[in-house]
Amino acid sequence: MLKKVKADLHIHTCLSPCGDLEMSPQNIVTQAKTKNIDVLGICDHNSAENVPAVKKAAKKQKVHVLPGMEVTTQEEVHILALFNNISSVFKLQKTIYKNLPGENDDKTFGLQVAVNELGEVLHLNKHLLIGATTLPLEEIIKLIHSLEGLAIASHIDRQAFSIISQLGFIPDTLKVDALEVSPLLSLAEAKKRYKPELPLVCFSDAHYLKDIGQCYTFFYIEKTSIQEIKKAFLNQGGRKVMN
Amino acid sequence: MKLNKIKKDLNLKILCAEKFLDTEVKGGYTSDLLSDVMANSKEKYIWITLQIHLNIVAVAKLKELSGIIIVNGRKPDSDTLKKAEQENCPILTTPKTAFEISGELYQLLRGK
Repeated sequence: MLKKVKADLHIHTCLSPCGDLEMSPQNIVTQAKTKNIDVLGICDHNSAENVPAVKKAAKKQKVHVLPGMEVTTQEEVHILALFNNISSVFKLQKTIYKNLPGENDDKTFGLQVAVNELGEVLHLNKHLLIGATTLPLEEIIKLIHSLEGLAIASHIDRQAFSIISQLGFIPDTLKVDALEVSPLLSLAEAKKRYKPELPLVCFSDAHYLKDIGQCYTFFYIEKTSIQEIKKAFLNQGGRKVMN
Repeated sequence: MKLNKIKKDLNLKILCAEKFLDTEVKGGYTSDLLSDVMANSKEKYIWITLQIHLNIVAVAKLKELSGIIIVNGRKPDSDTLKKAEQENCPILTTPKTAFEISGELYQLLRGK
């Protein structure tokens, strides 16, 4: 049976250097519960190391967590990658780490804290997660799709790290599944401005607890999975994106 | 100034649309944000960038730029070069940085 699922699929944790340290797995899940979010996407910059912890923390609370990552392409475009399984996002992470030069300086960019489900520190991630990979946009999208993931262009309305700021416009040949609009722009306004051929979604891009769920998208789907969301994007079998 | 003179004087390598080296260049613009280039570059300018994505050709065409100089020895892929050839958009490369080549081009265009 089809049902309405409230999704915020772009949430950072304390692993992102720019993510608040309060963004621990338990806090994120509790806040999502308060905001009646059914499904969370955990998308830290160029890493997925906190996904298992959030998934564990969410289990007891009956919040669904989709493993994800916000990848920075060579062009400095941010792309959300979302998967059904942790193993897929870790495969992506392996390739990302191999192509992500530099080492983090936590005094300059912020701490990159890998934690367990209780929020206990496991280690500090050494990669320069704020940096860009050396992989071109199209290659990243191909890689995400080869791992059966969803590829969504992040915050296309933003002045930095968006496909439009970096590349001027959305290439015709771009194979992303959807375009994300930041909370700064309404979907109605975004439709008018971009006249997109691809589906539009709105997620919070939360770096602070208070931001979780400030922006969300409803999917009308049978169950929470990448395949179902894909069908919603394509308007197949009654599935749809409800904005 | 003709693009050909700039190519020779700055020791650039031409990758495509060689026939269009006699294009006039009236100025230059250096930026890696294509949205910025679309907003601020002008007709017959040469564009200095490290971006190699296919979209650079469309931006150059839209703004009627005289050509693109890719810095840091970066190599556009074959799709970008093919498109540039079709669109008559010369792409040149240099191993130098955007800072160095912009400085050299600025002096050349100012006749110093």
